[in-house]
Amino acid sequence: MTLFSLAWHSLGSRRKSVVLTFFSLLISISVLLSVEHLRLQAKESFNRTVSGVDIIVGAPSGQLNLLLYSVFRMGTPTNSIKYSSYQTLKNHSLVEWAVPISLGDSHHGFRVLGTSQEYFQYFKYADKKGLVFEQGQAFTGMFDTVIGSDVAKQLGYKLGDKIVIAHGIAATSFTHHDNAPFTITGILKPTGTPVDKTVHTSLAGIEAVHLSPRQLRNILEGNTKEEIAPRQVTAVMLGLKSRLATFKLQRDINNTNSDKLMAILPGVAMTELWQLMGTVENLLRVIGFLVLISSLFGLSTMLLASMDQRKGEIAVLRILGAGPRVIFSLVLLEALILVLLAIAAASGLISLTLYLSGDWLASHYGLFLSGHLFSTDIMLAMLVILGATIATAIVPAIEAYKSALHTVLSSKL
Amino acid sequence: MESTETNNAESQSTLAISLNNIEYKYKSKATSPDLTIPQWDLKRGQQVFLYGDSGSGKTTLLNLLAGVLTPSAGVIKIFDRAFSSLSARQRDKFRARHIGVVFQQFNLIPYLSVLKNIQLADYFASTKRKDIIDSAQALLSKLKMPASVLNKRASELSVGQQQRVAIARALINQPELLLVDEPTSALDASARDAFMKVLVETCAAANTTMVFVSHDMSLQDYFETSIAMPLLSQSSSSQEGLK
Repeated sequence: MTLFSLAWHSLGSRRKSVVLTFFSLLISISVLLSVEHLRLQAKESFNRTVSGVDIIVGAPSGQLNLLLYSVFRMGTPTNSIKYSSYQTLKNHSLVEWAVPISLGDSHHGFRVLGTSQEYFQYFKYADKKGLVFEQGQAFTGMFDTVIGSDVAKQLGYKLGDKIVIAHGIAATSFTHHDNAPFTITGILKPTGTPVDKTVHTSLAGIEAVHLSPRQLRNILEGNTKEEIAPRQVTAVMLGLKSRLATFKLQRDINNTNSDKLMAILPGVAMTELWQLMGTVENLLRVIGFLVLISSLFGLSTMLLASMDQRKGEIAVLRILGAGPRVIFSLVLLEALILVLLAIAAASGLISLTLYLSGDWLASHYGLFLSGHLFSTDIMLAMLVILGATIATAIVPAIEAYKSALHTVLSSKL
Repeated sequence: MESTETNNAESQSTLAISLNNIEYKYKSKATSPDLTIPQWDLKRGQQVFLYGDSGSGKTTLLNLLAGVLTPSAGVIKIFDRAFSSLSARQRDKFRARHIGVVFQQFNLIPYLSVLKNIQLADYFASTKRKDIIDSAQALLSKLKMPASVLNKRASELSVGQQQRVAIARALINQPELLLVDEPTSALDASARDAFMKVLVETCAAANTTMVFVSHDMSLQDYFETSIAMPLLSQSSSSQEGLK
């Protein structure tokens, strides 16, 4: 027999109110922990999406808009820029490398990205990690394609498979470019970024599928010698020789006369995105804490309400030599047991939910959430919950202490 | 009261209880004490029947002896320890180890099994005995209870059974002093007789000092010594043990 076992049995003796309180705690702790987890993971997931890109150039719109569609493949590009602008940028003296991207098509709901071979060389994510091929290599021909790991996994593709690209970005499209199937030449390793959900082709390939059927047939049959020159691209990612030149180049690009261009710095745009999200994020945290506090008050009330019927129990414990401090600890222990159980159950619940909804979140919101819940910040949140529990359970514990202090052993209870 | 003493010489050498000029006020600002006991000694191994009407201070005295209340003035010595001057914590510990208490009812934690109730006494006395189950079984069989009762929840037992379990629990730590307050008032006549017999026998066998408080005069036949509470609390020196 220990104090823990006594607290456990005592909770068990008030099963109904304890179970209800437990569920109230479970819900509030789940809300709080998932808000915290989502917040941390979303930030990390967003921040790791692009790295090593100094400037992104696209058609003038908002910098967030450009960031969202070029990096996160979210939303639709408002406008395109001329292919010649890409060539100009590529040959600019300050630019080390330039990777064009062309968006607007899809394959079974996965975005299709037209780009150049340099993409696989220069695009970096997370902590300057480059793209690695699981199988195969970068595309060489016009109708070759490289797919992300999720595309391969979800659609069951392997090297050599032929796929068809649909116009538009909806999961079901009515315009299939059926005449021009693409051959998978490479499958990328998972990155935990939107790259996993992307079908990469050459710019020429994208251009070709949008030609008229007759022109396309000519190309496929090799009847024409003319190169398919892309006329426009959606955006260009730039790496600079010296990062010191970033602002100068950004200014130069924004002042270009030959084409309407806008240059954004991914880091700055990302920060703006987070400032925007910050308000919502803090609001969610505040709501999470309020919900937690209200259910902790519920716990306190439950313990306090039981105090009257527990006077006899307290008297028995006093008879046996339990001091008021022991009674105090007993009540506190009951609260902590309940909250710890609720934390454990909430962690399980969240992990399970993340595990089950991970793919859906990734494909719909570009959020790559880890099911691994126990980061330092989450642990900290749990400690805060325990602290708040002790703070609120102090009230019934003091009540029990007083009751124990004033217990007079008597046959008349 | 020495004249009525029949216990052996060994236990006469020390006093179990010694009260000296005890005053107790329920409210510290009260002008006159609610209970006054000028002098009372009880020898080791003695079993005494303390009777009096409600309000005569029996329960207050019991609480003072158990160390739940402390006297406003005077000294209580239990086994030569100046009990009343110990800290609250020390008194709780002392009670856990040396004093067993049985009440009219509500002696047990209803949602715990009989065994767990008994183990609780062991836990608070921090004796951590390994033979606790054996001792509990032995005690219960002395109290004429089947061993199967150990794993029943206290709330499933009859009142008579609960009272016997309460004795078993009060005796599990082999206390030197047993305080009993109206333990039979919830029992019917036959259960009462059985209970009293087993209580007195068990205590005598363990040579446990017992203070038995009741207003039911018919119970005094089980005791060699009887004391009227009014005598104890009023007269200054001549409280007589009555047979």
